[in-house]
Amino acid sequence: MIYVDNKDFVIPGEVLADDDFYSDRGTFKESGKICSSLIGLISIRNKKIRVIPLKSKYIPKKGEVVIGKIEDVKFSMWDVNINSPYSAFLPAFEVFKREKRELSKVYDVGDVLFLKVLDVDEVKKVKLGLKGRGMGKFKEGIIVNITPTKVPRLIGKKGSMINMIKDKTNCNIIVGQNGLVWVKGEKEMEQLTKNIIELIEAEAHTSGLTDRIKNKLNSILGVDDEDEFAFFDDETDELEKPRLQNFKDELKIEEEDDFSE
Amino acid sequence: MKIIPEITKESIKDLIGNNQREDGRTIDQYRDISIETDIISKAEGSAKVKIGGTKVIAGIKLQVGAPYPDNPNLGVLMTNCEMVPIADPTFEVGPPNEESIELARVVDRGIRESKMVDLEKLCVEEGNHVWMIFIDLHVLDNCGNLFDACELAVTAALNSTKLPTASIGDDGLVIDKENTFDLPLNEKVVMSTFVKIGSEMVIDPSLMEEDVSDGRLNIGVTEKGLVCSMQKGGMGPLNKKEILDCVNIAISKSSELLNLIK
Repeated sequence: MIYVDNKDFVIPGEVLADDDFYSDRGTFKESGKICSSLIGLISIRNKKIRVIPLKSKYIPKKGEVVIGKIEDVKFSMWDVNINSPYSAFLPAFEVFKREKRELSKVYDVGDVLFLKVLDVDEVKKVKLGLKGRGMGKFKEGIIVNITPTKVPRLIGKKGSMINMIKDKTNCNIIVGQNGLVWVKGEKEMEQLTKNIIELIEAEAHTSGLTDRIKNKLNSILGVDDEDEFAFFDDETDELEKPRLQNFKDELKIEEEDDFSE
Repeated sequence: MKIIPEITKESIKDLIGNNQREDGRTIDQYRDISIETDIISKAEGSAKVKIGGTKVIAGIKLQVGAPYPDNPNLGVLMTNCEMVPIADPTFEVGPPNEESIELARVVDRGIRESKMVDLEKLCVEEGNHVWMIFIDLHVLDNCGNLFDACELAVTAALNSTKLPTASIGDDGLVIDKENTFDLPLNEKVVMSTFVKIGSEMVIDPSLMEEDVSDGRLNIGVTEKGLVCSMQKGGMGPLNKKEILDCVNIAISKSSELLNLIK
């Protein structure tokens, strides 16, 4: 017996289903009943019930790419804020190998870097690295902050949303899994892109978003295109899970490397 | 201290240099302001003010008590401000910190120095009984510019305050809570806050603008267009021209703000 539908809004403690269903992330089981443990939206798939939180902090996972701010320079590492409850560090070894150089001359407090999570240990200490395409310090551009659960929505199916925004605004956009987004382009376009990203965050739970964002961008920019893009039906399953696979594809498309060290 | 990314600082400064801001305003434009009064039934006066995302609530409680010995015929005015962690991740629980004391004192100075509340009329019996006004400010959400929001909330709350009738009877003090009248006010005060970013003075700063700013200037202006209070904050210096320009803008903005208080 199930009491909720897909995409229903639930609050902590709400009973979602009786037996025959499985408890997934964001839910717990008590005396045979599945209850929500978060404020968020329901997602049901193969009898698994999950609650996708409306807002969240970033929980780091090995292999993900993130955008981090340097918060402190230590003797042999940098402390990095990755918008997460767990602290992250970038060891000097990952940058210089065996060479000895002064750390603060390379990256200083206040710099923003594009990084990869190399390892998360048992106490959730996050080790970061710079190996990968386009990794390194950002010069110029703006940083937009969204909640990490909305990142898959910003990217869209196989990067449909993000590529559409890039094409329309001619901005370079890099999305970190931790909800920080870097945008660089013409000054006005940067602001426009920022507004659009914030709009996507606010309306991430609605369907048909890619088309609406496209129309909005067209009307703002005064462009009228017909078949430039195929229509993507972004239905329910886009909210399912941060799609790392798509995200990596999207990074390959990224042709920007003027910020790499 | 909060660490702001260098590229964010640069982009904000760039925008302000072109008379633009992150949220699409010009540098001398306020965010949308809304005021609600009489929202706390247990308080004699109350108001909730929103400036953009910033939300503050002010409550006025009245009590008869002993006056200060040096001013036996004047009522007592006290301002207190709470900055609770729900309003901003940097706010901590515990005794008031520097920030919240400064906020309460700057707001208090605006009200006190403008002689907004007619304290002489709050005297019930000289030397023994005067009305004491307790102003409690509560920050609900901090999105920058708490000063203006707080001053506006206090002015609106005082403006809606109902004072019970107090008199001296045969067996001491009698308070009649049925018969109330408006708190005697001489003036109304509003405040305009500016921050210096690059070489520009920006009115009504957002949280991000506050974080990247060099200096801050609060200017309290009365209904008559007189400057009644000022406070300089932050590390950066301000020159004479910047201060005078800000005073002129603050005076011209004051009527706009006062119109919001009914």
